Amino acid sequence: MSEGLTRNAARNIFYGGSTIFFLIFAGLTIHTHIYMSTTSTNSEELDEAVIAGKEVWEEHSCINCHTIMGEGAYFGPELSNVWHRYGGRENPEAARAGIKGWMKAQPIEAPGRRQMPQFNLNEQELDHLVDFFKWVDGIDTHDWPPHKSG
Amino acid sequence: MKYETQKVALPFFAVAMALFALQICFGLMAATVYVMPEFLSEAMPFHIMRMSHTNLLLVWLLIGFFGATYYLLPEEAETDLHSPTMAYIQLAIFAGAGAAALIGYQFGIHGGRHYLEQPVYVKILLTISFLMFLYNNTRTVMKGRRTSVSIVLLLGLWLAAIFWMFAFYEPDNLAQDKLWWWWIVHVWVEGVWELIMASILAYLLIKMTGVDREIIEKWLYVIVGLVLFSGLLGTGHHYYWLGTPGYWQPIGNIFSSMEVIPFFAMVMFAFYMFWKGSREHPNKAAMLWTLGCAVVSFFGAGVWGFMHTLSWINYYTHGTQITAAHGHLAFFGAYAMLNMAIITYAMPQIRRIQPYNQIMNMWSFWIMVGGMCFMTFTLTFAGVVQTHMQRVLGEDFMTVQGQLDLFFIMRLGSGSVVALGVILFLIAVFGPAREQLPAHVKGSGGNGSSQ
Ligand code: HEM
Ligand SMILES: [Fe+2]
Repeated sequence: MSEGLTRNAARNIFYGGSTIFFLIFAGLTIHTHIYMSTTSTNSEELDEAVIAGKEVWEEHSCINCHTIMGEGAYFGPELSNVWHRYGGRENPEAARAGIKGWMKAQPIEAPGRRQMPQFNLNEQELDHLVDFFKWVDGIDTHDWPPHKSG
Repeated sequence: MKYETQKVALPFFAVAMALFALQICFGLMAATVYVMPEFLSEAMPFHIMRMSHTNLLLVWLLIGFFGATYYLLPEEAETDLHSPTMAYIQLAIFAGAGAAALIGYQFGIHGGRHYLEQPVYVKILLTISFLMFLYNNTRTVMKGRRTSVSIVLLLGLWLAAIFWMFAFYEPDNLAQDKLWWWWIVHVWVEGVWELIMASILAYLLIKMTGVDREIIEKWLYVIVGLVLFSGLLGTGHHYYWLGTPGYWQPIGNIFSSMEVIPFFAMVMFAFYMFWKGSREHPNKAAMLWTLGCAVVSFFGAGVWGFMHTLSWINYYTHGTQITAAHGHLAFFGAYAMLNMAIITYAMPQIRRIQPYNQIMNMWSFWIMVGGMCFMTFTLTFAGVVQTHMQRVLGEDFMTVQGQLDLFFIMRLGSGSVVALGVILFLIAVFGPAREQLPAHVKGSGGNGSSQ
């Protein structure tokens, strides 16, 4: 380390530099927040049903087994594109029935297979959850994940 | 130990270590589910084990930081703690709220964002306790000597509390929810917590090497500067695929790559001071944890972080066992080992005896570090296979997981080794003390039983 640098100079660089980097970071994050509302997500379609679906997702802490947009636990498959995986972009009715059917069929007690609990969601909660998945599938993620398999 | 009130740290260390042990129990259970999927699947599903495991980690690390602060601040400020009573109340609230959350989880009472599952009332209690802690210690520093160590430490803690406020903000838009979620998770571990880490390491090095404070404190500012210059915009490495603008890819690539530098600087710093130092400190085990913390965090956070931080790599590895491998070694190396370093250093002084049980303590070091490294390697191999099969070839998630059994078995094995290390550490630190004096205290004849 340079002998010329004094402790006080190092301290001033730390405070000054950190403030500047923080301001840039905050500015870009706020810009991104706005960009999400206006451009990369379907804000107009973010209705009561989707919000209720997100609440179902949170109430049962699905994220502690699954990832969504790559974040969460790595025990179960990625779910941000589950709507797409079930063919929702082509055949929404079949995808909806398929996802609801999956939820109702748990736990599949195949020996040696990871178990997903039965959450006993009612018909409305299931529909909200599917609405949420459908909405999430519409987020522009720069083509992540690389494959439909998630 | 120069000030009576430094003793306040003891219950904090004890509670932190008890929760650490509990964290490992939940980790072992979750690892068992990967090997035997039917294990407790009715009584305690995987998601409950996992949130218990991660929440216990965060709570015990924070309680450990609190203890470390109570221990070192009076000495730095050269005055007694403002209010020991407030410290005990603060601990009771924090630990009580944490325990309430943990018990609630077992009954399905939890939120739905990972690491932040605590119910709102728990979050509020944690905040109140944190503020009491900050008030108490800030008052202590204000009435005494202000050193760079205590200023940087307090700054890190204050900023940790401020960024925690984003835990209360939960936008309906999932993309925005995730955007701000990282303002806690990333900004904590790759930003303000590193201030806490660097200042505690600086304190330990001042005490144990005898190097001039002026030099160590200059390093400290350089390191924490590097941390925030790289780490704030480095958050970009989480903003690649979240419905974010494309500019985060170059920003994340450049700045998060630079996050390796402060971790490397901490290794240089620790070893340089260690070699430069004139003092032969009798607490060899604490020195080992201090140097080990710098080294393992460099590998866990720096090297394993860099491995998947570039956007064109992260595109394939994002959210796989690679992430799990990195998360484990980074948290362990940087923050778990930091706590064990300060605890190993402080406990003999709090118990007012010479450093004790050093051999057992050092065994626990090697066993724990060995176990964690092996776990990281197995998870990394699992992650490479998973990334290739699932992300490159496009195979189905469950099919790919079926190919990873061997790695998950080895992960459970290495986790058990870690658990053994933890038990040894607890016995070494809190158990009956066998004094093991270094050569120059004992007189001639080698380093006695401490080598
Ligand atoms: C002590 C410091 C660090 C700790 C404790 C830490 C911990 C973690 C954890 C727990 C995650 C997973 C978060 C989740 O649940 O999604 C994570 C993700 C990540 N970390 Fe770190 N980390 C540290 C430092 C670093 C550094 C220095 C880098 C880069 C050089 C880095 C790069 C990453 C990346 C790229 C991810 C995202 C992985 C993905 O896409 O799935 N980390 N880190
Ligand atoms: Fe990060």
